Amino acid sequence: MAETEKNKVIKPIKNFAMQEYISSGHRACQGCAEVLAVRHVLKAIGPDMILAMATGCMEIISSPYPLTSWNIPWIHVAFENAAAVASGVESGLKALRRKGRVPDRDVTIVAMGGDGGTTDIGFQALSGMMERGHRVIYVCVDNEAYMNTGIQRSSSTPFGATTTTSPAGRVKPAGEMTWKKDMVAIAAAHGIPYAATACPTFFTDLQKKIQKAKEVDGPSYIHILSVCPTGWRIPPNKAIEYGQLAVDTGVFPLYEVEKGVWKLNRKPKELKPISEYFKGQGRYRHLDEKFTSEIQDKITEKWNKLVKFCE
Amino acid sequence: MGRKVGVEVSIAAADAVGLCDVDVVAAYPITPQTHVVEHLSELCASGSLDAEFVPVESEHSAMSVCCGSAAAGARTFTATSSQGLALMAEIVFIASSMRLPIVMFLANRALSSPLSIWNDHSDTMMVRDSGWIQVFCENGQEVYDAVFHAFRVAEDARVSLPVMINVDGFNLTHVIEPIEFWTKEMTQKYLPEFKPIHRLHPDKVVTMGAFGMPEIYTEAKMAQNDALLKSFPVIKQGWDELADLTGRKYSPVETYRTEDAETIILGMGSICETASLAVDQMRERGKKAGLVKLRLWRPLPVDDIKKAIARAKDVLVLDRAVSFGAANAPVTSEIRAIMYHESNRPNIHNVIAGLGGRDVTPDHVIEMLEMALADKTHGYNIFGVRS
Repeated sequence: MAETEKNKVIKPIKNFAMQEYISSGHRACQGCAEVLAVRHVLKAIGPDMILAMATGCMEIISSPYPLTSWNIPWIHVAFENAAAVASGVESGLKALRRKGRVPDRDVTIVAMGGDGGTTDIGFQALSGMMERGHRVIYVCVDNEAYMNTGIQRSSSTPFGATTTTSPAGRVKPAGEMTWKKDMVAIAAAHGIPYAATACPTFFTDLQKKIQKAKEVDGPSYIHILSVCPTGWRIPPNKAIEYGQLAVDTGVFPLYEVEKGVWKLNRKPKELKPISEYFKGQGRYRHLDEKFTSEIQDKITEKWNKLVKFCE
Repeated sequence: MGRKVGVEVSIAAADAVGLCDVDVVAAYPITPQTHVVEHLSELCASGSLDAEFVPVESEHSAMSVCCGSAAAGARTFTATSSQGLALMAEIVFIASSMRLPIVMFLANRALSSPLSIWNDHSDTMMVRDSGWIQVFCENGQEVYDAVFHAFRVAEDARVSLPVMINVDGFNLTHVIEPIEFWTKEMTQKYLPEFKPIHRLHPDKVVTMGAFGMPEIYTEAKMAQNDALLKSFPVIKQGWDELADLTGRKYSPVETYRTEDAETIILGMGSICETASLAVDQMRERGKKAGLVKLRLWRPLPVDDIKKAIARAKDVLVLDRAVSFGAANAPVTSEIRAIMYHESNRPNIHNVIAGLGGRDVTPDHVIEMLEMALADKTHGYNIFGVRS
């Protein structure tokens, strides 16, 4: 990892909010990059927001009754319906504001789910929310498996990763044998005004994207790679570094789709080999050279396609 | 009072929802609920109702949107039926547990399979234990009035629970009935503005839908059960004040010719109108028959039921759903349990009838009664099975 470690001084983001909207003392695992992503999302929006959250890690670490970590209005109903609950909050407030029964000011509505709650079980509700045009920011915090229930595969689990339901064996030597669902392309295909990827390692980029999403008049979708030390089998102090590697190897490119226009937000001169990203991750430990090169080819192919798309 | 107008019951119910100045309607189309939401979308499109109509992509999302909307403090309505209710069932249970005052029009329809779009009560019995207030209606006027009552009870700060208005699919939803309409003034007098104790808004931060560890879950369920039981006087008060306003008196348990009745028929919903004709016929033949109509199914009006049937010799419970493999059908199960500890208790007979839209006539009801009285097994019979 030594070559990725640079003592760069990161320029502080303009108007970086000092206020915290998720308080410390929650029960997230050590080194969780997902709760860090949530922290940045909330900071970028500010106090005038309502968060509808799907069942999952972020819900379960933050709300053991009668305690709560949330300094913002927050609602959790079920696993697969964060987008629908947010649609309801938005519709209700819209009607009440029109009728003069709540203060006449903008309140940002955010829906949030993990990769399971977004790409699998909440997929239909999300599609409905985007198609109907609710003014909601949907944030998927993607840690690439069902971590809350004990690391089971989702449709966002990448090819080659082992999980407790995609173990590597004689019949399935790679572990997970399907490719990660391309959610941003699917979201963009709904014709929504803004869709983007982000990663808390690049937190200024993340906050800027959330602020962009806040301003658009309609649905927006932000897909955040949230490194999970527990599920990825890495040391808890490495989450930020692996986020950087995921971006710099092209495994998780940072890009945005604004009103149909695709734009790369970070274009390394040369992609790092994915072997650097795989190294040290327990979930990829079983991969041989053949699989690694097969995955490398696919990642390169996808990257080139994306670069072309963004030209 | 105003004059009666002949109108389809679904349309009248939608008009009532409109008069209540509902804020959000979220629904997915399913037969035979469609006319309700079609008319509401027309009212929204024409501008005569200022509400958000959310045409969701599934019933699961319909109930989820309703949860979000009610949590934001908006007056919220949905309508569904059968498979739709089955799909939204997960959130139906959550809505009541989170104390969200949603009003649902349920066009009662049989559950698949075989697929049937016709009427029985298997859908509503599926969510019997969901913690909703469940009301049954016999005719169009009752359905219309029930809408105002439902919003009033649901949103009352002493209750804060969702209400399900059960309306027999086709048998009631699609018939044209004489209905006396309310005015805007009456509605405003009867139904106050919805002022939730908590709402999702940045001005006062709340956390809704936390998770419960084993040391708190039992208490949460106890509190929920208490809330449903304590809604009973508010429900009654709502009906009393509705009577002052309209002259129509509703009660949790209603009786027809039961004063001296030796034999009582007990049912819920539109089958009671049929049964009342059977009672008249039996009275003409000199038989002391009467009818008990259960309007309120949850919370169950235990004392009122006891009082209504205690002096009868025989009670025939007409169930409209099968509880597969059980000792009784759902309504009978409750009636037998209620009467078990009474020293003077009638013989309680159980017949299941009118499944999946099978017609039930007054003659059938008399036939069922004869069948039940002759049967000494104390089990249950499914009426009208063709061999």
